[in-house]
Amino acid sequence: MEFSTYYSISFYVQTTLIVLATLTLKLSVSLWGHSGQGKPPMFGDFEAQRHWMEITVNLPAEDWYKDTKDNDLQYWGLDYPPLTAYHMMINGKIARYINPDFVKLGSKGMEDPPVKIFMRMTVLAMDLLLFLPTAIAFFMYSQSKKNKEKDILIQITMLVGYPGLILIDNGHFQYNNVSLSLFILATLAFTKKADILGSLLFCLALNYKQMELYHALPFFAYLFGALIQQKIAQGITKFISLSSVVALTFLALWLPFISSADSILSVIHRLFPVKRGLYEDKVANVWCAASIIIKFKEIFSQSDMAIICLVTTTICLLPSFLHLIQNPNIQHLQYALINAALVFFLFSFHVHEKTILLAVIPAILVLKSDPLIVVWFMLISVFSMLPLLIKDGLLLPTVATVGLFWIISIHYVKPTKNIPSQMKLAFELSLLAASCISLATIIIPPPARYPDLFSLMIAIFSCLHFSLFALFFHLKQFDIDIYDFNDSRKLSKAKTDEVSYSLRHRNTANDVRNRQRNQRH
Amino acid sequence: MADIWLLFGAATFAKLLLIPSYRSTDFEVHRNWLAITNSLPLRQWYVDETSQWTLDYPPLFAWFEKLLSFFAQFFDPKMLEVSNLYYASEETVYFQRLSVIVTDFIFFYAVHEFKDVSSLSKDIKKKGSIFMQYTIPVLLIFNLGLFIVDHIHFQYNGILFGIMLLSIIRILQDRNVEGAFWFAVLLNMKHIYMYVAPAYFIYLLRTYCFQADMPISWSRFSVRNFANLTAVVGSVFVVSFGPFIYLNQFSQVLSRLFPFKRGLLHAYWAPNFWALYSGVDKVLTIVGVKSGIMTADNVQSGSMTSGLVQEYNHTALPSIPPGFCFLLVIFGMLPVLLSLWDQRTKVSFVRSVVLCGLTSYLFGWHVHEKAILLAIIPLALLTLNSKQDARIYLFLSTVGYYSLFPLLFTPLENMLKVLALIQSSIFSFWAFSFIYSEKSRKEDDTPILLQLPLLNLSESVFILGLIPLGLFNSLGFWLLNIGERLPFLPLLLTSVYCSLGIVYCWLEFYRLCLTDSEVGIFSIFQSVSRFSVVGYNNHNSDVDQIPSKKK
Repeated sequence: MEFSTYYSISFYVQTTLIVLATLTLKLSVSLWGHSGQGKPPMFGDFEAQRHWMEITVNLPAEDWYKDTKDNDLQYWGLDYPPLTAYHMMINGKIARYINPDFVKLGSKGMEDPPVKIFMRMTVLAMDLLLFLPTAIAFFMYSQSKKNKEKDILIQITMLVGYPGLILIDNGHFQYNNVSLSLFILATLAFTKKADILGSLLFCLALNYKQMELYHALPFFAYLFGALIQQKIAQGITKFISLSSVVALTFLALWLPFISSADSILSVIHRLFPVKRGLYEDKVANVWCAASIIIKFKEIFSQSDMAIICLVTTTICLLPSFLHLIQNPNIQHLQYALINAALVFFLFSFHVHEKTILLAVIPAILVLKSDPLIVVWFMLISVFSMLPLLIKDGLLLPTVATVGLFWIISIHYVKPTKNIPSQMKLAFELSLLAASCISLATIIIPPPARYPDLFSLMIAIFSCLHFSLFALFFHLKQFDIDIYDFNDSRKLSKAKTDEVSYSLRHRNTANDVRNRQRNQRH
Repeated sequence: MADIWLLFGAATFAKLLLIPSYRSTDFEVHRNWLAITNSLPLRQWYVDETSQWTLDYPPLFAWFEKLLSFFAQFFDPKMLEVSNLYYASEETVYFQRLSVIVTDFIFFYAVHEFKDVSSLSKDIKKKGSIFMQYTIPVLLIFNLGLFIVDHIHFQYNGILFGIMLLSIIRILQDRNVEGAFWFAVLLNMKHIYMYVAPAYFIYLLRTYCFQADMPISWSRFSVRNFANLTAVVGSVFVVSFGPFIYLNQFSQVLSRLFPFKRGLLHAYWAPNFWALYSGVDKVLTIVGVKSGIMTADNVQSGSMTSGLVQEYNHTALPSIPPGFCFLLVIFGMLPVLLSLWDQRTKVSFVRSVVLCGLTSYLFGWHVHEKAILLAIIPLALLTLNSKQDARIYLFLSTVGYYSLFPLLFTPLENMLKVLALIQSSIFSFWAFSFIYSEKSRKEDDTPILLQLPLLNLSESVFILGLIPLGLFNSLGFWLLNIGERLPFLPLLLTSVYCSLGIVYCWLEFYRLCLTDSEVGIFSIFQSVSRFSVVGYNNHNSDVDQIPSKKK
């Protein structure tokens, strides 16, 4: 791995300020309510996480995923992979040290200020220790040296200041920052050609949150594509080392559960609950959006629907997947990660609105090449989560963080610079419409006959956008310049410059090296 | 210009996020005033005693509350019932918090006007990096003190300091009558601004009533200008106090405004001269008791941690009567006022405002820690004037903001205040080291470890000393487990340490005011006015003249 060094003092001062400002922002959002606050009997994600601390601290590991007399799986049973469980166990041990009542077995709906503050702190600790350093490292080290300090700072700010993640982690309450940081670090490792480290990090991400499976396919395609282009001997060595890293990581993390096939199965059942519905609430995916015309839920049985979802998702994943196998380079990988996550979000079975984060985060990593679309995507993604955020009492923090984000992006990123006017108009109209729908959601009470009217409008509107963004990122992955349709020569030149300046093509670099080697022989 | 609106927007969004944070009893104070002004007739305003938090701001502020109460009824009419003590429904909280955020627009307007003033100079702009243009607006708009006091602790200082800035700026623009008008309004909203009134009085008298450029003589006295000022200021006072004089309640109102029953020091000792005095008293008492000179009987165990206003009697040193404080304040102000009379420049006017505020803060009777903003905020306007002004600003603002820390004590807010102070200090030190960098590079003072930009080594060590102090007061205090025995120790240490720093700033700034003639960007105002003292030509060089002059 090679790291470019030498940044000015001013750069470090500004980075420190960004870190402090982000922490302040997250801390201020932490003052607000969390999911399920004061809503017995089930409460919400906050209680789920607290309950998991309680389970992991008090019960032996074999029982974590099993329905026992102390572990009622109907009440927020652990349904995340083992790494989350270990993390919760560490948090729980600290909690027990501070006050044993925080994690007393059988306590439900603990929401006293001290518990709340403790839990908020555990998220902030992960932000400070993992997410912020990851964001800074990614933009400092993943790009070519030509990148200006100011650009790096802007990209860091956009990633750490993304309102969606702040509102879900520090407001609603989850630990997406952990799995997403591990994912970003894996991407960084692949950028630096440290494939084994990358695979290890991705396995950790996957074992923190199974949703990371969305990203598994592109990573696999990338490694596999690179593998088959190598000579056979090299390929086999690489294959063995990669697969043993993956196997060992899984083995280590699943060790307490391997005692019997039964317990492995119980974990897996917990992780992939097929019994749940096609979608919960109103989510901006294709099934929910199309439900105004076709009532899938009524026509098909749940298991049929699961198969339909599987088939459509697979078909839609294929183009990006096959392309990446044939052209495995970092830039394609980055777009493929967005594409896979978006396709999963749009077509798969039982999707949560928060899952859009998995597509937005890889998109922020390519902010530099497509500022307009990425900023647009980021804003619409927050918009798509609006009903959830309103339910959690996070409306005002949403307004405030999106406002701050908007100010930073128009001042620093300038997304509409060098963009054809039609695109610009579309962007502005879309945001205007989104603001109008948001305003209507807040002010106008929905008609009694259609209580979900506004959530459905938000879902359809966002789904339409996500589909178009998916199309755009597919075209970008296939190196088709979308702006060429608007025949602006200057722009396409600027575009190629950007492409050439941005991440280096992996296989071209390999080719060059091979050619040199051949010449030497 | 659009950029400054982005700053306003960012600040407003940040304030919105603080709505659910901790709020002090001042929240209830202002709710009560809303209720009083809304539901009681005028003659009851300064008489009502339903709540212990009686109306003790001047009449224009009461009218301001009445105006707010008109909107309050749309949020939750119950907050407007006088008997509804400590009522804090969600709507009430939203309304009161939003009222502070919205009225801050006056402050934004003042900052916006100041930006117009400073952009009068083409030279500065050319020279100006983004720092030159935006440092002062950022320091004002994201003023940590106002965030702590207004948006967490809860008060309406934003609008008040906005009016104060506006009055200063109008005077800098040579719109003296308007300046006087705004200052009169300010005085009738919160009488604490009397602290800085002498500077206004002397400056306006000398430059507006007398001809500024001439030697002083009664023949130069402009009766018309004087009449103008008196009429404007007088009418504001008549509108404000007139109704109460008519109701024959003037003395009642005054007794509410000036409650001399309160003690020399507030519950938490504001870090001023009297904190040092009482600190010495405390030490002498302990030494006295230990050595047997004093008996423990006549030593009160003064616990100064409770929130209520209470008196602390000195035991070793003589107790201080209010009149003595008053005299000390007057004597403390005299030199700078005389120098203002003599120099009659705009820089010296702003400096006098700062020094009057600082002097009253140091020697005044029953001063609140929040009053330090009275010096910090106007001083921010001077930071581009010269390196020395900026240096004192850096020192005073860091110590001053730190001295506000005891206002907040809940866990999340504790973290917020620490994070915010670190940010604000890093930003201001970085910005000023950038602005004043050319000179220091030529000088061969190689940066030493622990030396902060612009400050000398001992000053830097003092500022950095706040870190171990803060650590001790939070962690160390808790670890050593001395909270039971010495509950007031952290507050005592904070106020004594900070008061050392603030007294130092006062001395240094006094020295600067009395030894320095006018230089820097404020001379621009001079050149715009009739009597140009320093021309445009000097501008490139004079931002940094002072240090070289002194050497």
